[in-house]
Amino acid sequence: MKELMLGNKAFARGLYEAGCCFVSSYPGTPSTEVTEEAAKYDEIYCEWAPNEKVAMEAAFGASLSGRRSFCGMKHVGLNVAADPLYTMSYTGVNGGVVICVADDAGMHSSQNEQDSRHHAIAAKVPMLEPSDSAEALAFAKLAYQISEDFDTPVIMKMCTRVAHSQSVVEISERVVPERKAYEKNIPKYVMMPGNAIRRHPFVEERTRKLREWAETSGINRVEMGGTEVGIITHSTSYQYVKEVFGDSVSVLKLGMVNPLPEKMIKDFASKVKKLVVVEELDPIIENHCKALGLTVSGKDILPMEGEFSQNMLRKLFEKEVPAGNAIEDTIPMRPPVMCAGCPHRGLFYTLNKNKCTVLGDIGCYTLGAVAPLSAIDMTLCMGASVSAIHGYNIAGDGANEGKTVAVIGDSTFMHSGMTGLANIAYNQSNSTVIILDNSITGMTGHQQNPTTGYNIKGDPAGKIDLEALCRAMGFNRVRVVDPYDLKACDTAVKEELAANEPSVIISRRPCALLKYVKHNAPLTVNADKCVGCKSCMRIGCPAISIKDGKARVDATLCVGCGVCEQMCGVKAFESTKKEAI
Amino acid sequence: MSETKNVMIVGVGGQGSLLASKLLGKLLLDAGYDVKVSEVHGMSQRGGSVVTYVRYGEKVYSPVIDKGEADYIVSFELLEAARWLPYLKKDGQIVTNIQQIDPMPVITGAQEYPTDLVAKMKATGAKVDALDCLALAEQAGSSKAVNIVLMGRLSHYFNMPEEAWQKAMEAMVPAKFLEMNKKAFELGKNA
Repeated sequence: MKELMLGNKAFARGLYEAGCCFVSSYPGTPSTEVTEEAAKYDEIYCEWAPNEKVAMEAAFGASLSGRRSFCGMKHVGLNVAADPLYTMSYTGVNGGVVICVADDAGMHSSQNEQDSRHHAIAAKVPMLEPSDSAEALAFAKLAYQISEDFDTPVIMKMCTRVAHSQSVVEISERVVPERKAYEKNIPKYVMMPGNAIRRHPFVEERTRKLREWAETSGINRVEMGGTEVGIITHSTSYQYVKEVFGDSVSVLKLGMVNPLPEKMIKDFASKVKKLVVVEELDPIIENHCKALGLTVSGKDILPMEGEFSQNMLRKLFEKEVPAGNAIEDTIPMRPPVMCAGCPHRGLFYTLNKNKCTVLGDIGCYTLGAVAPLSAIDMTLCMGASVSAIHGYNIAGDGANEGKTVAVIGDSTFMHSGMTGLANIAYNQSNSTVIILDNSITGMTGHQQNPTTGYNIKGDPAGKIDLEALCRAMGFNRVRVVDPYDLKACDTAVKEELAANEPSVIISRRPCALLKYVKHNAPLTVNADKCVGCKSCMRIGCPAISIKDGKARVDATLCVGCGVCEQMCGVKAFESTKKEAI
Repeated sequence: MSETKNVMIVGVGGQGSLLASKLLGKLLLDAGYDVKVSEVHGMSQRGGSVVTYVRYGEKVYSPVIDKGEADYIVSFELLEAARWLPYLKKDGQIVTNIQQIDPMPVITGAQEYPTDLVAKMKATGAKVDALDCLALAEQAGSSKAVNIVLMGRLSHYFNMPEEAWQKAMEAMVPAKFLEMNKKAFELGKNA
């Protein structure tokens, strides 16, 4: 039966059909749904791991025990998991291992747009790249075959447009291969120098064999359309090329981007007068062509940054670009904002009020950097807030302590904030770390994590006690505040910054979008009391606006958190609860 | 069969455009078309401007719609219709809710919400069908049915039998909300 399926869901379907038995991942846009969809199959054990490195190592363990396993992550997640990846390349696998990495050209939801193909090349592992949902499903199954036939982990690279587009797929039955017996094999699985030295030639030989396989297996295909122009392309770029050029050019469509074929590319180049590579981000295929001695066009025309589109190709290849209409008015931007009732808002207001330098981290709270709060000074990568405050405070020779905090979410803290905190505890910088505990992984769409007490299926699970954890590391000063309570927040921040030892503040209040969270009645503005001072506008709440010189609350958005009520000097905000009764 | 047709569904993160694109996808797939539906998840969903691309035809390649390519723009919010207007074909059709949601620069007073947007969009030559979907949705029984009111209105411009829409709704809408949504569809269609 034909059905429309999201690329990530089709990937999960492929895992299911291939008999994958074990999935361990860390959420990250645009990869998250592969694991969420896999978790809907009862036959597959699925879990959220604390981070990508743990997930990949767990998947490796499952492979050792003879089962087909999977781990999924976004592009920057593969940096975290690079350590196991590069050596798993040497050990190879027992049961097949497939790794999803989802790139985000255009940075719809990411802090950089690195090209994950570099990791596949550097780790010397095969990388497949589907261009639509049907290929995502088929390639997932093929990836297990390659993994077991060539004794290697296989990376399947998604991108935002393939991961988050629905296209037509046909599904089939699940076939579970028999469990492969685990056999002790020290030279293969114990990567100490004497053994690893002998595995490296195996890796090189494997790449040679895979390159041969890439020439003839059919995963790379030629669609001839004349001899004038030949375009080598892959992934979603293939779709833009076909959209713009149709059958008027010849296309070499690559489904495996590492290792790249040589004979096939040379043969294709020999059949066309002009050779062009169309690939988003880095010129990897292009440089491969150049290394083969071919004359090729690519990044001399196309940008290194961002996503491609059909109009971009039309323009750069001098074809007609369709015209659209526009009105003359400036259209105000509509950037993403912290939701009404977001528990982070009260805390960021407090940090602003105390003129703190705020070293931030990765999550919804990064939106605290957006005006009018503009409350964050730095965002680098997962866990960097906690590690960086230590260096910032020590190198500041006392000038930064007492006015600098690190802020990190509960899930990000579990991911890689704990190790940074261990450094503060061990090397004793006078640092204050604030854990923004909203009891969920928010930005990626509400995934459970080790602090929530529930697993990926929503069933009760282990629950890590943040206070106990921080105390066990040696922190004497650990306190919990409710970020809806501005006075308590202010007191906590002032006292912990003043203290002459490391401290942790846990700002605890569940995400306002969680289904189980009960909201208060929306507030209203008493127009007789409101003096139009706009001080309530400093918190950037999307439910509050100024109309005719007075504050106004949008009752459909307001969840009655009361933060605005506490900061209003003339007590103009009132609860609608009384009227409701 | 035909050349590829393009429908954009635009709105503000959290307005519920997902059901609308699911419904359209099902409708068009059942009608025998190749279909692609593309959306963006993650950060932009938090109250930001969101867009879903629906493309159908004999064979669809690109998952996205570019400027000047949309045959239809279905908008949940007035400013968003104006924002995405450059994506409409010269003779394209807009179906928009007249609801206005202030974006942050307007809330903070840094910018003004433009006035007379429907008239200004029409002045560019675009065909604009603007209606109060929120009122119609509430009349049908739920403010959440704005998406189905819009689909009902869109059905005017689609050469697709009524039963096909009904069938797609039955497949995509939970049974307990089906009657309410059918009513919302009718109200949109006949508005």
